[in-house]
Amino acid sequence: MTAPVLKPLVVGSTGADRDASPPLIEIENLSLFYGKAQALKNISMTIRERVVTAFIGPSGCGKSTLLRCLNRMNDLIPGVRIQGTVKIGGHDIYGPDVDVIELRRRVGMVFQKSNPFAKSIYDNVAYGLRLQGVKKKAELDAAVEQALRQAALWDEVKDRLHESALGLSGGQQQRLCIARAIAIKPEIILMDEPASALDPIATARIEDLIRELKKDFTIVIVTHNMQQAARMSDYTAFLYLGELVEYDKTTKIFTSPRDKRTEDYVTGRFG
Amino acid sequence: MTHVQTTPRTTRGFKSSKPDLASFFFTGLTGVATALILAILGVILLNIILNGWPGVSWRFITTIPKRDFFDPAATGILPMIVGTTIRVIVMTVFVVPVGVITAIYLAEYAPRLSPVTRVIRGAVNNLAGVPSIVFGLFGLGFFINFVGRNLDAIMQNPGPVWGKPALIWASLTLAVMTLPVVIVATEEALHAVPAGVREGSLALGATKLQTILRVVLPQALPGILTGAILAVSRAGGEVAPILFTGVAYYMADLPKKLTDQFMDLGYHVFVLSTQSPNIDQTRPVLYATVLVLLVLTFALNFTAVLIRAQMRRKMRMAA
Repeated sequence: MTAPVLKPLVVGSTGADRDASPPLIEIENLSLFYGKAQALKNISMTIRERVVTAFIGPSGCGKSTLLRCLNRMNDLIPGVRIQGTVKIGGHDIYGPDVDVIELRRRVGMVFQKSNPFAKSIYDNVAYGLRLQGVKKKAELDAAVEQALRQAALWDEVKDRLHESALGLSGGQQQRLCIARAIAIKPEIILMDEPASALDPIATARIEDLIRELKKDFTIVIVTHNMQQAARMSDYTAFLYLGELVEYDKTTKIFTSPRDKRTEDYVTGRFG
Repeated sequence: MTHVQTTPRTTRGFKSSKPDLASFFFTGLTGVATALILAILGVILLNIILNGWPGVSWRFITTIPKRDFFDPAATGILPMIVGTTIRVIVMTVFVVPVGVITAIYLAEYAPRLSPVTRVIRGAVNNLAGVPSIVFGLFGLGFFINFVGRNLDAIMQNPGPVWGKPALIWASLTLAVMTLPVVIVATEEALHAVPAGVREGSLALGATKLQTILRVVLPQALPGILTGAILAVSRAGGEVAPILFTGVAYYMADLPKKLTDQFMDLGYHVFVLSTQSPNIDQTRPVLYATVLVLLVLTFALNFTAVLIRAQMRRKMRMAA
């Protein structure tokens, strides 16, 4: 008895050939331990510039943990130990003289649960710039507008920039968090299941937005929604039980995976 | 025609077979308990308002009394109103920053499970359980006899300036007493700020300090103010902590410096009710003073509640 062959999903968001794009993030033999438990096992991969790379896999496979290694958010969790190297633009981000603040300015992050500050829409977007000491109103105004336009939120909020961000809908809040992240012009944006708490329409808007953003940013996205990975990403990494099982072009992963586990997962046999 | 025989339906519906006496009894009990509390509060307030109101006049609250303040025709309570108000405000100025900074340490910096943190937390909780008269004695021993006298010695004052009961020492003693209230309320408010918000700030390249000052504290401000309100409520009517540390039986004038002694509403109530040569004659003054004390405490509370409401609204609409 053979498994029914699922119809291939529509893959490759832009169809543009991105093979030429240079590597930006190089992960080598990365292992991560929470106390004694090993959450990531010897992961090596190279993420290219200005493409969308998706991490997929069942819950608990380590995809979010891997993502958080890229801006050292795991530093905040007590008892975490990391082996191996992560290089961004050739520099080891776990090296001894690395300024984590500077790293996080260059590697932005959008979280699963939208987390706007209890401030106005304007102050949310301006927050990162103000941290860097930008004070001139004209400069802030321009940057806030640009970030909100890029996040496809400007038209909805331009008349209430000084109202609380907490009054926005869930989808708008998440786009605000994206605007807040891109306002400081990072090179890389990490997204940890950015649409998992949103309805289909809001999700579609976020996906459109990500497709737009990859013109300017390198995007790494964690998702447990395989269709989403197939629709939006150029490259896909499949993680399972802390291991990188397969990493290739998204087309390849979804149509002719090499590993049986990948095939089982993307065809919906488990997970 | 054939009838399909069905089992007869019960006609009882969903009525229970016997009344639930336990529920009925317990509901009644909660009602009676609530009514009792309301009744007690009602009787106290009504009694004070009805008996106190005739004695309250503009003259009464704006007069600095002569030595014989037991006489309803001549007395006034301006110095007591001023003294109580100032000591509460000075206390707030000290207790809020110290309490908030301590709470920030406990909530944000102290390692969760370390023995040191547990000891600090235990100390805070025990401080809350210390009787207020003990704080009064502590204030006398520490602030006046130790800090004050040494200040005098260092400044080479001819007589005691700091080493005697004073407004500042009474306020500080009250601040020590209300510290746990502020710490606990602030810590709770800080814990209530979601972890995601902190991560969001750190991910934008903020330091931990920037995150606390710019995101966490503003968001926790209403909760912190709740702590301040509770501290003001507790301190407003306390007499024991100020007994040895600053309150005066009688002063001919209003306090002018923090090193002056002061008269106090709560203590004045005690004086009126125990020291009067003619109790019947003094009774209206006593009632009126108690009414003013109540109103003043409510007013101080109400001001703080208004500030908090204003802050919440501002946060919701964002300035």
